[in-house]
Amino acid sequence: MKNTMLLKIPSKSENERFARTVCAAFLLEVDPTIEEMSEIKTAVSEAVTNAIIHGYNSGEGEVVITGELSDRTVTYTIKDSGCGIPDIEKAREPLYTGKPETERSGMGFSIMEAFMDELVVESEPGKGTTITMIKRLSENAE
Amino acid sequence: MEITLIPKQRMILVRATGEIDHHSSEAIRRLTEKEIRRSGAVNVAFDFGRVSFMDSSGIGMLLGRYKTVKALGGSIIVYDVSQQVKRLIEMSGLMELIIVSDTLQKGINEMNRTKGVRI
Repeated sequence: MKNTMLLKIPSKSENERFARTVCAAFLLEVDPTIEEMSEIKTAVSEAVTNAIIHGYNSGEGEVVITGELSDRTVTYTIKDSGCGIPDIEKAREPLYTGKPETERSGMGFSIMEAFMDELVVESEPGKGTTITMIKRLSENAE
Repeated sequence: MEITLIPKQRMILVRATGEIDHHSSEAIRRLTEKEIRRSGAVNVAFDFGRVSFMDSSGIGMLLGRYKTVKALGGSIIVYDVSQQVKRLIEMSGLMELIIVSDTLQKGINEMNRTKGVRI
Protein backbone atom coordinates (compact mmCIF):
# COMPACT_ATOMS: atom_id res chain seq x y z
CA MET A 1 0.00 0.00 0.00
CA LYS A 2 1.35 3.42 -1.00
CA ASN A 3 -0.23 6.71 -0.13
CA THR A 4 0.65 10.33 0.55
CA MET A 5 -0.92 13.27 2.40
CA LEU A 6 -0.29 17.00 2.61
CA LEU A 7 -1.78 19.29 5.23
CA LYS A 8 -1.14 23.01 5.55
CA ILE A 9 -2.49 24.80 8.62
CA PRO A 10 -2.10 28.19 10.29
CA SER A 11 -0.09 28.01 13.52
CA LYS A 12 -3.06 28.12 15.87
CA SER A 13 -3.24 25.94 18.96
CA GLU A 14 -6.79 24.92 17.96
CA ASN A 15 -5.21 23.09 15.01
CA GLU A 16 -3.07 20.76 17.13
CA ARG A 17 -5.91 18.34 17.65
CA PHE A 18 -6.95 18.51 14.00
CA ALA A 19 -3.38 17.80 12.81
CA ARG A 20 -2.73 14.78 15.06
CA THR A 21 -6.16 13.32 14.29
CA VAL A 22 -5.58 13.60 10.52
CA CYS A 23 -2.11 12.04 10.79
CA ALA A 24 -3.49 9.08 12.75
CA ALA A 25 -6.48 8.69 10.41
CA PHE A 26 -4.07 8.55 7.44
CA LEU A 27 -3.17 5.02 8.62
CA LEU A 28 -6.67 3.61 8.99
CA GLU A 29 -6.47 1.71 5.71
CA VAL A 30 -3.49 -0.37 6.92
CA ASP A 31 -5.16 -1.19 10.21
CA PRO A 32 -2.61 -0.12 12.85
CA THR A 33 -2.96 -1.20 16.48
CA ILE A 34 -4.62 1.15 18.96
CA GLU A 35 -1.24 1.60 20.64
CA GLU A 36 0.45 2.56 17.36
CA MET A 37 -2.33 5.06 16.64
CA SER A 38 -1.95 6.62 20.06
CA GLU A 39 1.87 6.79 19.77
CA ILE A 40 1.58 8.53 16.42
CA LYS A 41 -1.03 10.96 17.69
CA THR A 42 1.18 11.85 20.64
CA ALA A 43 4.39 12.25 18.60
CA VAL A 44 2.66 14.40 15.94
CA SER A 45 1.05 16.49 18.66
CA GLU A 46 4.49 17.20 20.17
CA ALA A 47 5.99 18.18 16.81
CA VAL A 48 3.08 20.44 15.81
CA THR A 49 3.02 22.06 19.26
CA ASN A 50 6.77 22.72 18.97
CA ALA A 51 6.25 24.44 15.62
CA ILE A 52 3.51 26.66 17.04
CA ILE A 53 5.09 27.54 20.40
CA HIS A 54 8.79 27.59 19.53
CA GLY A 55 8.94 27.97 15.75
CA TYR A 56 6.46 30.83 15.59
CA ASN A 57 6.60 31.86 19.27
CA SER A 58 2.78 31.47 19.34
CA GLY A 59 2.50 34.06 16.53
CA GLU A 60 1.30 33.77 12.96
CA GLY A 61 2.77 31.28 10.54
CA GLU A 62 2.12 28.16 8.59
CA VAL A 63 2.77 24.55 9.54
CA VAL A 64 3.10 22.07 6.68
CA ILE A 65 2.64 18.39 7.44
CA THR A 66 3.25 15.56 5.01
CA GLY A 67 2.69 11.86 5.37
CA GLU A 68 3.99 9.05 3.22
CA LEU A 69 2.99 5.45 3.58
CA SER A 70 4.94 2.70 1.92
CA ASP A 71 3.90 -0.83 2.82
CA ARG A 72 3.85 -0.64 6.62
CA THR A 73 6.35 2.17 7.05
CA VAL A 74 5.00 5.65 7.62
CA THR A 75 7.01 8.86 7.40
CA TYR A 76 5.71 12.22 8.61
CA THR A 77 7.37 15.59 8.22
CA ILE A 78 6.31 18.62 10.24
CA LYS A 79 7.77 21.83 8.85
CA ASP A 80 7.63 25.41 10.05
CA SER A 81 9.28 28.51 8.63
CA GLY A 82 9.80 30.07 12.03
CA CYS A 83 12.80 31.08 14.12
CA GLY A 84 14.64 27.74 14.02
CA ILE A 85 16.48 25.95 16.82
CA PRO A 86 19.93 27.38 17.62
CA ASP A 87 21.22 24.22 19.35
CA ILE A 88 19.44 21.02 18.30
CA GLU A 89 21.52 18.80 20.61
CA LYS A 90 20.46 20.86 23.61
CA ALA A 91 16.81 21.01 22.50
CA ARG A 92 16.75 17.20 22.31
CA GLU A 93 18.04 16.75 25.86
CA PRO A 94 15.37 15.25 28.14
CA LEU A 95 13.51 17.87 30.17
CA TYR A 96 15.24 20.79 28.44
CA THR A 97 12.80 23.55 27.58
CA GLY A 98 13.46 26.66 25.56
CA LYS A 99 10.69 28.36 27.50
CA PRO A 100 11.40 27.78 31.21
CA GLU A 101 9.04 30.63 32.16
CA THR A 102 6.08 28.63 30.84
CA GLU A 103 4.66 25.26 31.87
CA ARG A 104 6.46 23.32 29.14
CA SER A 105 7.67 19.97 30.44
CA GLY A 106 10.62 19.65 28.04
CA MET A 107 9.50 16.16 27.08
CA GLY A 108 8.56 16.79 23.46
CA PHE A 109 11.61 15.33 21.69
CA SER A 110 11.93 12.47 24.21
CA ILE A 111 8.34 11.45 23.45
CA MET A 112 8.90 11.66 19.69
CA GLU A 113 12.02 9.48 20.05
CA ALA A 114 10.30 6.95 22.30
CA PHE A 115 7.13 6.61 20.23
CA MET A 116 8.62 6.59 16.71
CA ASP A 117 11.41 4.46 15.21
CA GLU A 118 13.45 7.28 13.70
CA LEU A 119 13.57 11.01 14.35
CA VAL A 120 15.51 13.59 12.34
CA VAL A 121 15.54 17.26 13.29
CA GLU A 122 16.80 19.77 10.76
CA SER A 123 16.84 23.43 11.64
CA GLU A 124 18.37 26.67 10.57
CA PRO A 125 18.09 29.80 12.73
CA GLY A 126 15.84 32.33 10.98
CA LYS A 127 14.63 29.82 8.39
CA GLY A 128 12.69 27.20 10.30
CA THR A 129 12.60 23.62 11.45
CA THR A 130 11.66 20.33 9.81
CA ILE A 131 11.02 17.26 11.91
CA THR A 132 10.97 13.91 10.13
CA MET A 133 9.55 10.92 11.98
CA ILE A 134 9.42 7.34 10.75
CA LYS A 135 7.48 4.47 12.23
CA ARG A 136 7.33 0.87 11.08
CA LEU A 137 3.93 -0.61 11.88
CA SER A 138 3.63 -4.16 13.09
CA GLU A 139 2.45 -6.80 10.64
CA ASN A 140 -1.24 -7.50 10.51
CA ALA A 141 -2.33 -10.54 12.46
CA GLU A 142 -4.62 -11.62 9.61
CA MET B 1 -14.68 20.51 32.46
CA GLU B 2 -16.22 20.81 35.89
CA ILE B 3 -14.79 21.79 39.28
CA THR B 4 -16.37 20.82 42.59
CA LEU B 5 -15.25 21.35 46.17
CA ILE B 6 -14.70 18.60 48.75
CA PRO B 7 -14.42 20.76 51.92
CA LYS B 8 -13.64 17.88 54.28
CA GLN B 9 -10.44 17.11 52.37
CA ARG B 10 -9.67 20.80 51.64
CA MET B 11 -9.74 19.62 48.05
CA ILE B 12 -11.03 20.70 44.69
CA LEU B 13 -12.06 18.00 42.23
CA VAL B 14 -11.39 18.79 38.56
CA ARG B 15 -13.25 16.61 36.06
CA ALA B 16 -11.37 17.04 32.79
CA THR B 17 -12.87 15.83 29.52
CA GLY B 18 -11.66 15.15 25.99
CA GLU B 19 -8.09 15.77 24.83
CA ILE B 20 -5.51 17.56 26.98
CA ASP B 21 -2.94 19.36 24.82
CA HIS B 22 -1.26 22.77 24.64
CA HIS B 23 -4.56 24.34 23.59
CA SER B 24 -6.83 22.85 26.27
CA SER B 25 -4.35 22.66 29.17
CA GLU B 26 -4.27 26.45 29.39
CA ALA B 27 -7.95 26.59 30.40
CA ILE B 28 -7.47 23.83 32.97
CA ARG B 29 -4.49 25.71 34.43
CA ARG B 30 -6.37 29.00 34.64
CA LEU B 31 -9.59 27.64 36.13
CA THR B 32 -7.83 25.34 38.60
CA GLU B 33 -5.55 28.10 39.90
CA LYS B 34 -8.52 30.45 40.24
CA GLU B 35 -10.50 27.87 42.20
CA ILE B 36 -7.57 27.05 44.51
CA ARG B 37 -7.30 30.75 45.41
CA ARG B 38 -11.04 31.28 45.74
CA SER B 39 -11.79 28.20 47.84
CA GLY B 40 -8.71 28.00 50.03
CA ALA B 41 -8.27 24.34 49.05
CA VAL B 42 -4.75 22.91 49.26
CA ASN B 43 -5.32 19.57 47.50
CA VAL B 44 -6.36 18.99 43.89
CA ALA B 45 -7.82 15.76 42.49
CA PHE B 46 -8.09 15.30 38.72
CA ASP B 47 -10.68 12.86 37.40
CA PHE B 48 -9.23 11.68 34.07
CA GLY B 49 -11.97 9.11 33.40
CA ARG B 50 -13.20 11.07 30.40
CA VAL B 51 -9.77 12.13 29.08
CA SER B 52 -9.16 10.36 25.77
CA PHE B 53 -5.72 11.80 24.95
CA MET B 54 -2.91 13.71 26.60
CA ASP B 55 0.49 14.94 25.42
CA SER B 56 3.41 16.57 27.23
CA SER B 57 1.44 19.79 27.66
CA GLY B 58 -0.72 17.88 30.15
CA ILE B 59 2.43 16.78 31.99
CA GLY B 60 3.53 20.43 32.18
CA MET B 61 0.08 21.42 33.46
CA LEU B 62 0.14 18.73 36.20
CA LEU B 63 3.68 19.69 37.20
CA GLY B 64 2.60 23.32 37.45
CA ARG B 65 -0.33 22.43 39.75
CA TYR B 66 2.02 20.23 41.82
CA LYS B 67 4.23 23.28 42.40
CA THR B 68 1.20 25.34 43.46
CA VAL B 69 -0.14 22.83 46.00
CA LYS B 70 3.30 21.87 47.27
CA ALA B 71 3.79 25.49 48.37
CA LEU B 72 0.47 25.17 50.26
CA GLY B 73 1.42 21.84 51.83
CA GLY B 74 -1.10 19.94 49.69
CA SER B 75 -1.14 17.02 47.24
CA ILE B 76 -2.19 16.21 43.69
CA ILE B 77 -4.26 13.11 42.93
CA VAL B 78 -4.90 11.92 39.39
CA TYR B 79 -7.31 9.00 39.08
CA ASP B 80 -9.00 6.77 36.50
CA VAL B 81 -6.30 7.32 33.86
CA SER B 82 -6.04 5.50 30.52
CA GLN B 83 -3.01 3.40 29.57
CA GLN B 84 -1.85 6.14 27.17
CA VAL B 85 -1.93 8.81 29.89
CA LYS B 86 -0.36 6.50 32.47
CA ARG B 87 2.56 5.76 30.15
CA LEU B 88 3.29 9.49 29.76
CA ILE B 89 3.05 10.12 33.50
CA GLU B 90 5.50 7.26 34.11
CA MET B 91 7.92 8.54 31.45
CA SER B 92 7.88 12.02 32.98
CA GLY B 93 8.84 10.97 36.50
CA LEU B 94 5.67 12.63 37.85
CA MET B 95 4.83 9.35 39.64
CA GLU B 96 7.31 10.41 42.33
CA LEU B 97 5.50 13.67 42.96
CA ILE B 98 1.79 13.00 42.60
CA ILE B 99 -0.65 10.26 43.61
CA VAL B 100 -1.99 8.19 40.70
CA SER B 101 -4.86 5.91 41.70
CA ASP B 102 -7.78 3.91 40.30
CA THR B 103 -10.46 5.79 42.24
CA LEU B 104 -10.80 9.06 44.13
CA GLN B 105 -11.27 7.23 47.43
CA LYS B 106 -8.07 5.22 46.99
CA GLY B 107 -6.22 8.43 46.15
CA ILE B 108 -7.58 10.19 49.25
CA ASN B 109 -6.66 7.17 51.40
CA GLU B 110 -3.11 7.26 50.11
CA MET B 111 -2.89 11.01 50.62
CA ASN B 112 -4.07 10.75 54.21
CA ARG B 113 -1.82 7.76 54.89
CA THR B 114 1.22 9.78 53.93
CA LYS B 115 0.16 12.93 55.74
CA GLY B 116 -2.09 12.00 58.64
CA VAL B 117 -5.84 12.61 58.48
CA ARG B 118 -7.00 16.20 58.33
CA ILE B 119 -10.20 17.10 60.14
